[in-house]
Amino acid sequence: MDLSSINPLVLITTVMIAATPILLAALGELIVEKSGVLNLGVEGMMITGAICGFAIAVETGNPALGMLAAMVGGALLSLVFAFFTQILLANQVATGLALTLFGLGLSSLLGQGYVGVKPPSTPKIDIPLLSDLPVVGPVLFQHDMVVYFSILMVVVIWAMLKFSRIGLVLRAVGESHDAAHALGFKVVRIRIMAIMFGGAMAGLGGAYLSLVRVPQWVDGMTAGAGWIALAIVVFASWRAGRVLLGAYLFGGVTILQLNLQAAGVNLPVEYLSMSPYLITILVLVIMSAKGGRASLGAPAALGRIFHASS
Amino acid sequence: MKILNTALAAALALGALAAPSFSQTKAGFVYVGPIGDGGWTHEHNKGRLAVEAEFGDKVETTFVESVPEGADAERVLTQMALAGADVIFTTSFGYMDPTINVAKKFPNVKFEHATGYKRADNVSTYSARFYEGRAVIGTIAGRMTKTNKIGYIASFPIPEVIRGINSAYIHAKKVNPDVEMKVVWVFTWFDPAKEADAAKALIDQGVDVLMQHTDSTAPMAIAEEKGIVAFGQASDMSAFGPTAQMTAIIDDWAPYYIQQVGRVMDGTWTSVDTWDGISTGMVAFAPFNANMPADVAAEANALIASIGDGSYKPFTGPLNKQDGSVWLAEGETADDGTLAGMGFYVEGITGDIPN
Repeated sequence: MDLSSINPLVLITTVMIAATPILLAALGELIVEKSGVLNLGVEGMMITGAICGFAIAVETGNPALGMLAAMVGGALLSLVFAFFTQILLANQVATGLALTLFGLGLSSLLGQGYVGVKPPSTPKIDIPLLSDLPVVGPVLFQHDMVVYFSILMVVVIWAMLKFSRIGLVLRAVGESHDAAHALGFKVVRIRIMAIMFGGAMAGLGGAYLSLVRVPQWVDGMTAGAGWIALAIVVFASWRAGRVLLGAYLFGGVTILQLNLQAAGVNLPVEYLSMSPYLITILVLVIMSAKGGRASLGAPAALGRIFHASS
Repeated sequence: MKILNTALAAALALGALAAPSFSQTKAGFVYVGPIGDGGWTHEHNKGRLAVEAEFGDKVETTFVESVPEGADAERVLTQMALAGADVIFTTSFGYMDPTINVAKKFPNVKFEHATGYKRADNVSTYSARFYEGRAVIGTIAGRMTKTNKIGYIASFPIPEVIRGINSAYIHAKKVNPDVEMKVVWVFTWFDPAKEADAAKALIDQGVDVLMQHTDSTAPMAIAEEKGIVAFGQASDMSAFGPTAQMTAIIDDWAPYYIQQVGRVMDGTWTSVDTWDGISTGMVAFAPFNANMPADVAAEANALIASIGDGSYKPFTGPLNKQDGSVWLAEGETADDGTLAGMGFYVEGITGDIPN
């Protein structure tokens, strides 16, 4: 066993890259669920974002435009979900699952011409002064814009939910749509906007996979990342800070176990391999266990269909 | 009278609809990944398309991609059999038990299971001697590495994968005694992000030659990005690593699929166990990269030739097991039974095989 071959600085940098796609998708889903909607189509929106972002980045040579296109693509796909669940009042679970299947198929179709194409590389942004700091600088302040954006979004979403009027309205809609409706809030409109936000974030997460983390387009390349994001929202008990923790923990342990294997650490591989799932679930469960059910924070109207007549 | 007429018309229409299907053979394919994976499933799908090209209207093929190994596969297989498939190809090791289970329920449907070892009257098995290809890329790897560290992204601890690791290691070691093999198990056949992470982890630890036994092209793209040497798996991956890919082991299933579907058509199909390699072309190689040194290419070509004509077997003694006990004495070669169930590393590889 030779642990010295693992460079902790390189490791942390890789962890941040590995965690970003699930963090983005989970943050988006957090907002969707806070508004009382359960969208199981995260995987489908991620993969659609992955190909939209990839295609536009390749065509324009500009990864930033690609990321933007991924957000638009994810949001457009989520509109399909919004139309069925908010206008036609279809079952959210079934529609979400269908959205995932649809997204996987659609992305495969869109991606026909992009197999084996190299995307333009996404530039890293050095934050002046901070990136020159010893040790911390190269690890924390030399990433691409999406990593910074994802962390910024954690803070923004946390503050928005906790302090802002928009956050309050969103939570009201998610807790009791009837009460919110009685107060004059446009429940359906608010939910559609939340769904689109979720789609855009998932799309961006997908594009981060195809443009930065892998970087190439492969059919079905999200390979379950969307489901991990969904699980993280639940285990994070619908809190932005814990979503960050969950995503980084999951990404961190995944990367760490691969590095430990490569270093030849004498631990059974099975345990290493299941550790990301176990440790993430365990930590989040323990954190949310102390206050009983109420503190779990599941929006009361989650997954329930709203119609103004009821 | 009117009713009779309608019934007659319906019967005629039914007959007309059903007529083509009598002469048409239906072949179903079950894939573990998407057909666009650029590797394993991509090659199986090329085999399916070759069957269509060969038999034209006489055959109808269907496929289901990204089918998880396990219980879900049984559902897909049953559905295919119910839909009237005459022969079903199940193209991953994990479909072994589902294939056997469904085959019991449909004795008139022929099943072909890739890389497994369980057969029945209506279940054949087929596989390629990938380890012959691994011997060749192991040799190239041993010659090309400067850090003497070869990285290996392994999927599941099944004999086929372990054989590949052993074969690659033995032949790398033969040309470069200082070589060290770093194996990372990812427990998936297809997860581009995880495969890319594994490749990065290996490269971060000094690996400069990368091999993979997973199906996506992600490791190849990472190798290209980091400027190291790698080998394509199952299919030519040079589009993803024009500089990185030295060569690729290509699984050419087309001739086998055409042969077996042909046998189903003319009624000569019987349950067989096929295990072909370089000699029949089931294991082939992508064109060597122009940046591979000429002497290395010559050595690799000589090895391909000697394995192809049967004069050299990749598992030839003296070889010891990892624990130092003797496996094959000088000049002794491994029999197919031992190879098919291989569950141990050879001497010199560090680390344990997961259970």
